[in-house]
Amino acid sequence: MNEFEPKIVAFVCNWCTYAGADLTGTSRIKYAQNVKIIRFPCTGRIDFMLLLKAFSEGADGIIVSGCHPNDCHYTSGNFHARRRWITFRGLLDLLGIDVRRIQYSWVSAAEGAKWADIVNTTVTNISELGPYADYAKVANYLEKEANL
Amino acid sequence: MKELIAKAAGLLESNTVQVVIGYGQGSADRSRAIFITQPSDCEQLIFDSRCIQNLAVYLTKAEIKKMGKPAIVASIPVLRSIVQLAAENQLTNDSLVVLGVSPESQLVEFESLAAIESYLESHKIEIDEKYRKIIEDIKAKPVAERFAYWVKELEPCFKCYACRAACPLCYCTRCTVENNQPQWISVGSHPLGNLEWHIMRAMHLAGRCTDCEACYTACPMSIPIHLLTKSMLQDVNENFGSYGSSISKPNSLSSFNPDDKESFIR
Repeated sequence: MNEFEPKIVAFVCNWCTYAGADLTGTSRIKYAQNVKIIRFPCTGRIDFMLLLKAFSEGADGIIVSGCHPNDCHYTSGNFHARRRWITFRGLLDLLGIDVRRIQYSWVSAAEGAKWADIVNTTVTNISELGPYADYAKVANYLEKEANL
Repeated sequence: MKELIAKAAGLLESNTVQVVIGYGQGSADRSRAIFITQPSDCEQLIFDSRCIQNLAVYLTKAEIKKMGKPAIVASIPVLRSIVQLAAENQLTNDSLVVLGVSPESQLVEFESLAAIESYLESHKIEIDEKYRKIIEDIKAKPVAERFAYWVKELEPCFKCYACRAACPLCYCTRCTVENNQPQWISVGSHPLGNLEWHIMRAMHLAGRCTDCEACYTACPMSIPIHLLTKSMLQDVNENFGSYGSSISKPNSLSSFNPDDKESFIR
């Protein structure tokens, strides 16, 4: 049997984490290949619906990352994002959507090593949790109906 | 009640307002919203324990706006919604006359929207102990069980959007759910579509919801969707320290504090 390779989607901001991930590469730091990076102008732009879409499209884990507080390219985008994440996390927790599968982080453009670490630990954590079968069951409800 | 009728008739007679939004006798033993344009019709106004619909929902409807300046019969939950609408620049002092009704069914008049806000200082939003307990109990379940619980609770939902129609704060003319470029919410009322819809609804009310329970009251399947907004209200209060709304302060999620605390961001 093949070992489980988690699918991770990373929503990152253009100015810090994307540049940071770039630095990881130019620094020749090797890290897990399970992550698909999606670039956004700012963490403030990362709509909570995107995270739900990632899960419904089959992601096992999600990374959301951007500039450290006080470092936002647009001054306050990450502050707004932080409030949104706090409330969204509470809602997901109540609904029983596994919040351990969403890793939030601040990774600056100079933190290439931190990015590699974030990805690696997330992959390890999600590997332990296994595929997100609960959500997949709900997301694939119609396909299953069609196969009956 | 006589006081309310006289006041409403007076407002119409003097043409201060063109329509009075209030409660009247509905079919069977229910109350319904009525829209009075003639002073003589003000006799139809009632106010009793059946009058729980949140009338503030009509203040932002195009059909009602067309009728002219309204006066609105407003119990405490309606007053809270009015303040929230004012906080979101949907109402001004000149755009309506508020006929407040105190919990003791006494007519209360307000000079301005700010006066409503200070009146509500003594009627603060509080999450009922009963609901606190229910939310706590749900949160105490293991994560998979919680998920199964909600999938089952949301199962009867057939997306009639009565929750949205009844909510005074769902006043967008184009809702995300009707958007199909991109298709944010799966269209069908299957488990995924229902889950996405209710998450989106709750999130868009985060830091705005005034806990009037109109969504739950309107739900034909009695799905406890108000638990979501109640829980978020608690979260917002605990994290950002603001229950309810304020005209002078932006909404909790439209503002920030550089020192907001969390424990999950690495």
